[in-house]
Amino acid sequence: MTDKPILIAGGRVVDPSRGVDQVLDVLMKDGVIARVGERIAAPKGADVFYAEGLVVAPGFVDLHVHFREPGFEHKETIATGTASAAAGGYTTVCCMANTDPVIDDAPAVAFLVRRIRETAKIRVLPIGAVTKNLEGKELSEIGLMKAEGIVAISDDGKPVSNGQLMRRAMEYASMFSLPVVVHAEDPHLAQGGAMNEGLVSTRLGLPGMPNAAESAMVARDLQIAALTGTPLHFAHVSTKESLALIRQARASGVKVTCEATPHHLTLTDDAVSRSRYDTNYKMNPPLRTEEDRQALVDALNDGTIDAIATDHAPHHPDEKALEFADAPFGIIGLETALPVLVDAFLPAKVLSVSRLVELLSTSPCRAFGLQGGTLAEGVSADVVVFSTENKTTFTAEALESRSRNTPWLGRTLRGRVERTYFGGREVYRYDESRRRPAAAPASR
Amino acid sequence: MSASKPAATTKLGKDLLDIDSLTKDEIQLYLDTAESMWEINKRSIKKVPTLRGKLVANLFFESSTRTRFSFEIAERRLSADSISFTAAGSSVSKGETLLDTAKNLMAMAPDAIVIRHQRSGAPHMLARELPCAIVNAGDGAHEHPTQALLDAFTIRRRKGRLAGLRVAICGDVLHSRVARSNVSLLTKMGADVTLSGPRTLMPVGVEQYGARCVNRIEAAVEDADVVMMLRVQKERGGGLGYPNDREFFELFGLTPERRRLARRDAIVMHPGPMNRGVEIDSSVADGPDSAILDQVEAGVAIRMAVLYLLIGSSGEE
Repeated sequence: MTDKPILIAGGRVVDPSRGVDQVLDVLMKDGVIARVGERIAAPKGADVFYAEGLVVAPGFVDLHVHFREPGFEHKETIATGTASAAAGGYTTVCCMANTDPVIDDAPAVAFLVRRIRETAKIRVLPIGAVTKNLEGKELSEIGLMKAEGIVAISDDGKPVSNGQLMRRAMEYASMFSLPVVVHAEDPHLAQGGAMNEGLVSTRLGLPGMPNAAESAMVARDLQIAALTGTPLHFAHVSTKESLALIRQARASGVKVTCEATPHHLTLTDDAVSRSRYDTNYKMNPPLRTEEDRQALVDALNDGTIDAIATDHAPHHPDEKALEFADAPFGIIGLETALPVLVDAFLPAKVLSVSRLVELLSTSPCRAFGLQGGTLAEGVSADVVVFSTENKTTFTAEALESRSRNTPWLGRTLRGRVERTYFGGREVYRYDESRRRPAAAPASR
Repeated sequence: MSASKPAATTKLGKDLLDIDSLTKDEIQLYLDTAESMWEINKRSIKKVPTLRGKLVANLFFESSTRTRFSFEIAERRLSADSISFTAAGSSVSKGETLLDTAKNLMAMAPDAIVIRHQRSGAPHMLARELPCAIVNAGDGAHEHPTQALLDAFTIRRRKGRLAGLRVAICGDVLHSRVARSNVSLLTKMGADVTLSGPRTLMPVGVEQYGARCVNRIEAAVEDADVVMMLRVQKERGGGLGYPNDREFFELFGLTPERRRLARRDAIVMHPGPMNRGVEIDSSVADGPDSAILDQVEAGVAIRMAVLYLLIGSSGEE
């Protein structure tokens, strides 16, 4: 490596993996964290970034993104998706298999890994499909895909409705130490639903998905996890009932982890009504009620939730500009995650900075058994520097993602990713000039 | 014409999208204006020049006879130019999006677009994107605001008031935009509303709407001043709502016996089209208490009032 060493000086280093939260310097050299300590002298030729008042943390890790390549490059590519991730402070993301073709065999993984090597700005780890073509009928090449580099298996977006197949998949996956990631949804209970079932869906005349559509499947899969002993990870948990089931199962020894998204943590189904059918509030699982949202927030602190994951789901504007029931599910989330969480939870002291970093970095790594999530000396220098005070304005021009489907477009929130480093190289730097309305943030 | 805008202090929005977002005063304004329109419809020459030179486009993406005719007649009586098309004859069948269809239409400068669509929220999407007035003529299972207004108009004419009346709304509430609009309007105006229907056809959370909810039709109809039956939407039921028509009629239909549980002077209503022998017995539908055809008559007056208030700018009169 001929990269210049970089010294991040005077920042508040928050590294939950080692219980560190104090003002320190971080020296990155030859792609790794060379030293973390007080008053490190800058080596010859080093770039120095003075990070006073900023938080310096291990790069964020997103267990759940959709990069749409191959097959839907009009929504997102690995290049634009990783640029978006870097802008959000992420240095590692796990991408779901629901591309076209589906990532369900070894050649598909090999292709993806090559595209990642050629075009990614940060680390992208593929997740393979549980079943061939996500059809829920026969197992995909789980073992061969593992050899090509997958880190988990999931039929995200299309739950495995056949319980027997799910059991076999979990048994099979256990031989390769692959966690099974579940999008918990009973397809019949959720059938035709466009939003959460409740007073709001009734008022808006939209077909609803009840909480039970999620928790019924959570209950089933926890039972199968108990039967097989395979680690299970629930994607985007959205209901209080699911959390209760997960807590209970964990207490009885089931190996289960789970994630929640920034949107489920901060928004409720009421937004669909207030926005008068804005399809940027349409996602699956749907935004739930305040009671569920509060339960999710509580579960961040009590440890039930292991990770905050974005479920970054890009869609082309033409696809979202349809009638609510016809528009696709999902929103982009990589670039909005930190400000959304900082704005909602730090001033209100709902979360500490260190717990926030843990949920965005250290703990997701632990859930999937990944390296990273730490500033330990010698590890890849994946580092984010962010502000808990500066504000970010989300404009169409400034978004790195190829898509624009976010309910926060046009909004200004507290919290800002200032720099992202991957393998000791700067992969993102905040640029005020790209965000015109942010010129006068103090007045907001 | 005799219709002058009453209550000049009440400011209406650009569109009529749903009852949910209307105030009591706005509802009152529509109903009072419709009284003048009702008079016009009683004259020998039933046409006034109020909307001369205005263009109204009727976009019906879902089949309708009554509502479309009613809007077209209202437009003609106010001397507006009107065009109508249904989904089958439009660009939708060629794969064009709703927004594109509407934007193309907008380029031809209509003053108002009346839209019926099978998707809830479709009129709201147009209202956001287009500068002309949007009138919701029924969107999915969401709302049918002009129906609720014409129902309220009919009730007011027959009963002299809305506040304090006991209104039973019975049947397939789940799929009914008419029920949603009516519950919203009637509770705002101070009526005492009871919804009834099999549990499978009652939407979740509807009890938080301000209406009482029961399953037995008898419990809803008892002592009611108004009995409003809803159309069983077999096309949306999917076989999960009730076993068959016979059981529905036997357990939930409005029979003459059940009608007698209501007040002697109660009126019977139905938004149409009726499934005779499913939700309502013919002898009740055609009986002396039936206000069903009054509703149709009121429909023209209400739609005249809506168009007049939304696009009949007073400056040009």
